[in-house]
Amino acid sequence: MRVYHMGDHEVRALRGVSLDVAPGEFVSVTGPSGSGKSTFMHIIGALDKPTSGQYILDGKDVSQLSKDELAGVRNTKIGFVFQGFNLLTRTTALDNVELPLLYNGVKKFKAAERHRRAMETLDIVGLGQRFHHMPNQLSGGQQQRVAIARALINEPSIILADEPTGNLDTRTSIEVMGIFQRLNVERGITVMLITHEMDIAEYGTRLIRFRDGRVVADQKIAHRRNAADELAALPPPEPDQIPHADTEAH
Amino acid sequence: MSVLMVFRIALKALGRNKMRTALTMLGMIIGVGAVITMVALGTGAQNAIEEQIRATGTNTITVMSGNFTQGAVRMGEGSSSRLMAADAEALRSVPGVQWVAEGASTRQTLVAGNQNWQASIQGTNVDWPLIRAWPLKYGLFFTEQDVQAAAKVIVLGSNVAEMLYGAEVDPTGQNVRVRNHVFRIVGVFASKGASSGGQNQDDQAFVPYTTVQKKIQGIQHLNNITVSAVSGDQIAATTEAVKASMRVTQRLAPGEEDTFRVFTQDDIIGFATSQSSTMTDLLAGIAAVSLMVGGIGIMNIMLVSVTERTREIGLRMAIGARGRDVLMQFLVEAIVISLVGGGLGIAMGFGLAETVKWLNGWPAVIPMDSVVMAVGFAAFVGIFFGFYPARKASGLDPIEALRFE
Repeated sequence: MRVYHMGDHEVRALRGVSLDVAPGEFVSVTGPSGSGKSTFMHIIGALDKPTSGQYILDGKDVSQLSKDELAGVRNTKIGFVFQGFNLLTRTTALDNVELPLLYNGVKKFKAAERHRRAMETLDIVGLGQRFHHMPNQLSGGQQQRVAIARALINEPSIILADEPTGNLDTRTSIEVMGIFQRLNVERGITVMLITHEMDIAEYGTRLIRFRDGRVVADQKIAHRRNAADELAALPPPEPDQIPHADTEAH
Repeated sequence: MSVLMVFRIALKALGRNKMRTALTMLGMIIGVGAVITMVALGTGAQNAIEEQIRATGTNTITVMSGNFTQGAVRMGEGSSSRLMAADAEALRSVPGVQWVAEGASTRQTLVAGNQNWQASIQGTNVDWPLIRAWPLKYGLFFTEQDVQAAAKVIVLGSNVAEMLYGAEVDPTGQNVRVRNHVFRIVGVFASKGASSGGQNQDDQAFVPYTTVQKKIQGIQHLNNITVSAVSGDQIAATTEAVKASMRVTQRLAPGEEDTFRVFTQDDIIGFATSQSSTMTDLLAGIAAVSLMVGGIGIMNIMLVSVTERTREIGLRMAIGARGRDVLMQFLVEAIVISLVGGGLGIAMGFGLAETVKWLNGWPAVIPMDSVVMAVGFAAFVGIFFGFYPARKASGLDPIEALRFE
């Protein structure tokens, strides 16, 4: 339950939501705006706390933690991927990916170690060659991949993707969803995807639909889409669709 | 998060916007630079004055006759005629005293041939050139016998000699007339320049004080006594001893007011430098205003920066930055700007001070404490003006911040 107080009004953004998500699931959360899915995502992302009720992450109740403790949870257990990428400008892909390590209060990493891990993580998303590029030298899809690498670097329990394909064209959307699927299938990483596009939601294994602060549907996705196969079936991209980092934005 | 990490993050953030960082620093650079330059020029002027006064000897003590009251009329300083040769004689045996010169002065016209020149005539004794460390250019100073005999001998200041006889002429052995007395010139002093009071020390002539008393003025008393202490370090103790001796020879009962006044070279320095130090303070004060403006500039930019970087702050919080991490980042950014700006400002201050010194020939001395103060002030400005924007940044709600357009 999450209640906001706005002046005299009481806004019940979430009215009794009970869910269990097992490790390794790929959960797609959909619903119209105002359905409570954003509030749900904020609570799952430890950015917000429920007014009442519990949120147990990795066997630990995080719903009663202090602000600083929540920051620690976000750092080590949750990887965020946003619609707008939210990369630091004029900062290389490598430095962007390293950023969560700087705030890691549990493990202190030496510069060389941070560098090595960031390079490895960039390799996972297929951007190992472009580690020294600034965000404005990368295409939207590449920027989102950097953001995914940043979400991955602290080895989180869950990756929380909020409309990750909202700013991307169809082809790049499929590419990005392919990365999520690969991480989910090959590495067993739990993914929670918030989207209002049904076709994007179908890349997951489980669909949860919100309406008016309640879960109105919670079902297994019968015909899961496979991004890798779809991508192989697409005609190869025209050359001008791939921006060349070295010639762009100088 | 470690301090090193905070610095790394802050430096990277500053590096991302070099132009803005540089412009913000400029306010600090100019502020600190102005303070250092102003203080340097002020201190330079002060030191020059002090040096000038010290050149006359730091270990001299002057005893002046005090004021006296006749009826209900209080006469001015030096009007008393109670200062006598006996007082001076007693001072010769005071511990710590090296030389003692009786002083009786007057102003007279000197006539030589068809030239005349009005100058101050200083009656003194043979210790005078020793006290003032004043070498002679021609001839010799008068002797003890001359003083005892109240002889009509005279030593000219270099300006007086020049006025009467022309430059680079040795007038020793010649005669000058003062009133209706004929004085034999025995020596001419080397040029010494203006005194701390601004009067030209070369525009004087020296005769035995006894001669002034008996032959020129017809008086019994002295105007002043100049004493030199054995060392400048013991000037305070010697001054006290001189006062004590004076009270005995003036026969003053305990509690009775002094009939004389004693002051040291330090008193004169203190007076002269107090004026220039007021000037220095004023200049530094004006410069400090620009430092203040520089600080407000930092706060301005930091506030704009917090708004502009709201999403960045939201992102940092989403990936695990705590409120205090963000606070520290912005605070360190402000401190780095002000400290680096302060450092460059010091360099600019040194450069400007040297330039002014070189262009105008003004003395410029940069006191170390002004540098330390400037750095301290720069750090203070950074913390003070950086705290509010940093606080604002750290208080942001990550959800709101991430949504910010």
